[in-house]
Amino acid sequence: MAIDEGLKHELRRQGIVVMKLEELYNWGRRSSIWPMQFGLACCAIEMIATACARYDIARFGAELFRASPRQADLMIVAGTVTKKMAPQVVRLYNQMAEPKYVVAMGACAISGGPFNRGYNVLKGIDRYIPVDVHVPGCPPTPQALLDGLMKLQEKIDTQHLADVEWYSRAAPREYPVPRFGPRGLEPQYNPHVWQPPEPTGIYLSSKPKEQKRTPTAATT
Amino acid sequence: MNDLLRPDATQQALQQRVPGLTLTIEGDALIIPADRLLEVGRFLKESEPYRLDYLSNLCAVDFVVEGAHLETVYHLYSMEKKHGPVVLKVRVPRDNPHQPSVVSVWRGAEYQEREAYDLYGIIYDGHPDLRRILMWDGFDGHPMRKDYVQEDQDALEERHA
Amino acid sequence: MHSRNVMPEQALETQLLELNIGPQHPSTHGVFRMEVVLDGENVVKLKPVMGYLHRNHEQLAEDMTYIGSMPFTDRLDYFCAMTNNLAYAIAVEKLVGLDVPERAQYIRVIMSELTRLVNHTAVTGFLLNDLGAFFTPTLYAFREREKILDLFEAASGSRMMCNYMRFGGVREDLPDGFLEGACEVVDYYPKFLDEFEKLLTENEILRARTQRVGILPKELAVSASVTGPMLRASGVNYDIRKVDRYSIYDRFDFKIPLGSIGDVYDRYYVRILEMRESVKILDKVLRDIPSGEYLSPRGKAISKAPRTFKPPKGEAYGRIESPKGELGFYLVSDGSVNPYRYHVRPPSFINLTILEDMCLGHKVADAVIILGSVDIVMGEVDR
Repeated sequence: MAIDEGLKHELRRQGIVVMKLEELYNWGRRSSIWPMQFGLACCAIEMIATACARYDIARFGAELFRASPRQADLMIVAGTVTKKMAPQVVRLYNQMAEPKYVVAMGACAISGGPFNRGYNVLKGIDRYIPVDVHVPGCPPTPQALLDGLMKLQEKIDTQHLADVEWYSRAAPREYPVPRFGPRGLEPQYNPHVWQPPEPTGIYLSSKPKEQKRTPTAATT
Repeated sequence: MNDLLRPDATQQALQQRVPGLTLTIEGDALIIPADRLLEVGRFLKESEPYRLDYLSNLCAVDFVVEGAHLETVYHLYSMEKKHGPVVLKVRVPRDNPHQPSVVSVWRGAEYQEREAYDLYGIIYDGHPDLRRILMWDGFDGHPMRKDYVQEDQDALEERHA
Repeated sequence: MHSRNVMPEQALETQLLELNIGPQHPSTHGVFRMEVVLDGENVVKLKPVMGYLHRNHEQLAEDMTYIGSMPFTDRLDYFCAMTNNLAYAIAVEKLVGLDVPERAQYIRVIMSELTRLVNHTAVTGFLLNDLGAFFTPTLYAFREREKILDLFEAASGSRMMCNYMRFGGVREDLPDGFLEGACEVVDYYPKFLDEFEKLLTENEILRARTQRVGILPKELAVSASVTGPMLRASGVNYDIRKVDRYSIYDRFDFKIPLGSIGDVYDRYYVRILEMRESVKILDKVLRDIPSGEYLSPRGKAISKAPRTFKPPKGEAYGRIESPKGELGFYLVSDGSVNPYRYHVRPPSFINLTILEDMCLGHKVADAVIILGSVDIVMGEVDR
């Protein structure tokens, strides 16, 4: 049942606010997103700069960085996720209480970033946990992070109480934590969360790229 | 650079004062045989006019093609006399990479030797706690060696038919 | 009925507690893990575990051109991008024998000393976070840091990852208005330091918690290859700017502040005094900077065509006094366009060697501030 805007306005002037329960619920959640203190690398410093006086994340209600994942709503994965750290990231994500969100801040969290070719770098945290907002940059400026936060707030505004995943029975409660294998993590990605993309035909050959570290005979 | 610390002057001094030692010079560095490393180290640290009490850098290099050896490079300076560097190199074969640890002479070698072990596989005998430092414990292989092949992750970027 | 039922004195049976601090912890300054064994609250054993940010910087450099690794050096000690770049540029210049024009040398000194200011204020702010003054000193520190980051952004295009130094000079000349802006910041800085010190240096809580905590004796510091403010707080007079006299530091008259005991308070105070000395250097540099080339002609040729830069076979070890200690780069060239071996000598990693020795016998809360005073950055520790 849609309420006439003029009526709403009139009632508001009398001190009566009329809104859907879901709007109230979302307004409360989007205005007080508490991030978890979880800086991994250089992007963490820009995150701290966002929380400081000049860029002031407190305007968005998010100045309270909680140390414990149980009390946080948002995990800003700021920095490179290495294979050694990835199981810990997934464990922390599992420990957060719903409703929870993930912002992948910086090129490294999105796809491995400039360190993409390393033997210890995970190519993006979205291989194991679902990510809501990707903020590109290396590092993203504080303004970019605030823009990402605003996009997250817009996403929260569109969530309907009737079909949010944390109230449904089918939602995954725990994402499987990868194990340390002899050469990397096992499994290499979580198939429910991420699938390798379809071939685009850009690569000229369909064979995997050869490893560059084979020794060559000539060194002069 | 201080004339005293030039490689040929240091080589002469070492060969005179440490009995039974022969060294070669390559570039600016002295090549020390692995079994005499601790003696040379203690001599350079404690005796005049060297007093090289500060180990600035310890790192490993993999010469996979030229002679198939692994090399540990030491850069020594003196905080007391404010001079340096003296560069030492120790070579070990790839199939038996054992050499003595200098932690008993310079404590600062502790973590750097662990890193050389982790990434290159050089085993430092006498190190108090030689285990992996940067990779996880169950990791197999020594990733910075030139013939190490990474796990194939690029294939996942595009699904291959 | 009250019976005076007094229990005989019995010793409580206690066990040692194994606790894991990190890798996600508000006070570990990044992803650093400490496995501590506690007897009550006293630290009995402490083993650091690192590698959570091991990003294979050295392996990546072996596949890239020499100048291609320059942006990656920004990300080593991510507070001090300019000094990392400078150390790498100095190492390559030693390898090849490149000269640097006068104006470029002055610009390099300006950027290094501004970086020293940025780093020392930030680490003081973080140390006080660990002490429990949650975030207020950090806000003051970051206010000044933002002013300096504006200067960096004007000169190099980026607040943090500057990628500004090149082999033989700097990437581009200083923009108009940079020198005036820098003079403003540097003129205000002593007043900011006075305000900071008034609140902190004589503060009785700071003194009670940091004096006599985490003492590092002189001989142990030298033997453990400790460098930087931590070494000088223990009383050892070794500053690479004075020892190696790289760049043009021999033209400036600045003192080296030394501590006497080597506790956390000394390390904090040495950093405050070093900031005052950096302000003195900056005053002189900003006045005396000549006009001229910002990059030598050979350096320009290398920047334009990176794949033609093939240093002769050989090796070089270049080091500078970065705000955290001695930052060195060891390069082995085999005559090709990629380095054969590229190694970073990180100050934070090696300063951690005696973390356990400093923390034994103290409480676990003290272990946290001792770690804060070592001033580690995980990008450098793990590379």
